Amino acid sequence: MLDLQGYGWMLGEGLQLTLMVGVCSLVVAILMGLLGAWAKLSSSAVARGAATTYTTVIRGVPELLLILLVYYGAPTLIQHILVSFGNDTLIDVNPFIAGIITIGFIYGAFATEVFRGAILAVPKGQLEAAHAIGMPRLLVVRRVLMPQVWRFALPGLGNVWMVLIKATALISVIQLPELMRNTDIAARSTRLPFTFYFAAALIYLSITIISMIAQQHLEKWSNRGIRST
Amino acid sequence: MDYQIIIDSLPAMFDGLFLTIQITAISLACGLAMAVPIALLRVSKNPLLWMPAYAYILFFRGTPLLVQLFLIYYGSGQFREELESWSLWQFFREAYFCAVFTLALNTAGYTAEILRGAIRAVPHGDIEAGMACGMSKPLLFRRIILPKAFRQALQAYSNEVVYLFQATSLVSIISLMDLTGVARVIAARSFDIYEIYITAGILYLVVTYGILYLFKKLEYRWSGHLRRHDTGSAP
Repeated sequence: MLDLQGYGWMLGEGLQLTLMVGVCSLVVAILMGLLGAWAKLSSSAVARGAATTYTTVIRGVPELLLILLVYYGAPTLIQHILVSFGNDTLIDVNPFIAGIITIGFIYGAFATEVFRGAILAVPKGQLEAAHAIGMPRLLVVRRVLMPQVWRFALPGLGNVWMVLIKATALISVIQLPELMRNTDIAARSTRLPFTFYFAAALIYLSITIISMIAQQHLEKWSNRGIRST
Repeated sequence: MDYQIIIDSLPAMFDGLFLTIQITAISLACGLAMAVPIALLRVSKNPLLWMPAYAYILFFRGTPLLVQLFLIYYGSGQFREELESWSLWQFFREAYFCAVFTLALNTAGYTAEILRGAIRAVPHGDIEAGMACGMSKPLLFRRIILPKAFRQALQAYSNEVVYLFQATSLVSIISLMDLTGVARVIAARSFDIYEIYITAGILYLVVTYGILYLFKKLEYRWSGHLRRHDTGSAP
């Protein structure tokens, strides 16, 4: 790989952290998405209302503002609440955790829509058939519903991943030494901003292209045995 | 909750919101103007035409907006002498110009991809009918393909407008005083962090759903010929 005036390793380390934040955020997003989709399709009006509020708010507020709110705002809010209960502790948020929670929470809203669509795409007759032969509810979810949900959700989740990994660049504003932050440091100390930001752009672009190829393969793999029209 | 600080900071926040909307509108107009030719190149069958358009779209959709913004705002400093000799440095020195320039290039990439999909979705019969009438290629694009494609693209474009409106919050990182920028300054000064950020969030939320509402109205208008007209007679 390019040496980049001795700063190449820094970009490499940043890339590792970016990928780690990305994968952890994706896991959080998938969990939030499953929970959100379950709430949106539930018969409880409270659950439906909560899930709708969640997706509405996330869609309407910029990611950067949410990151600032979670990282700088949440500790003060929790402290104020604790103080009103007579508890005086200092809360310090780790940027890695704050980043994962925020990015995961934001893209969980997008994953909610993906999973909702995927669950609705499973033919109803199959679920009824499973009930009819006496499967317990959880078994129906595990054996009949989820295997098909993953297949239907795959294209949507691929898109969520590709937008999510680009959004991790925003965590650099809370000083987490991921790819963007390290590029920033290298660009400032070498006074070669274009070279370094362009290198970072190419690294992000490679992640996107590799993800696109991987997504195509995954979709082909998950659709094996399905007759195509 | 400190309500007084929210009321006191509202005028400044509205100024910020005005800048946010201004940057969004200028970038959208420039981006759309660039997106049409890029989309036309992209659907061409000549590799010399579609390949550069594909590379452009891939680059701007495949890299984070923050990297693009820094590449143009800070990166231009590396070419200061060249830019000065073409007397372009006065533009690239300004954060405002760099912000609008980057956002316009970015949204042009996304919009071109939306238009490409919409052009592909125009029914082949319509194009054949136009050709059968003896329409030239430019006339066919102007009268048949582009009007249909624009209508088809409206839904996806409304999402792009909302995305760009929210993406303008990144310009606060290069020191512009948009809504996020104003909120950051007030929050740092007053320590009423969550009150300020939540207020800013609500303002973004209101404008976002305002934009989506306007697009729904527009979509209704543009699809007038597809609706059933009530002729007043009893069924």
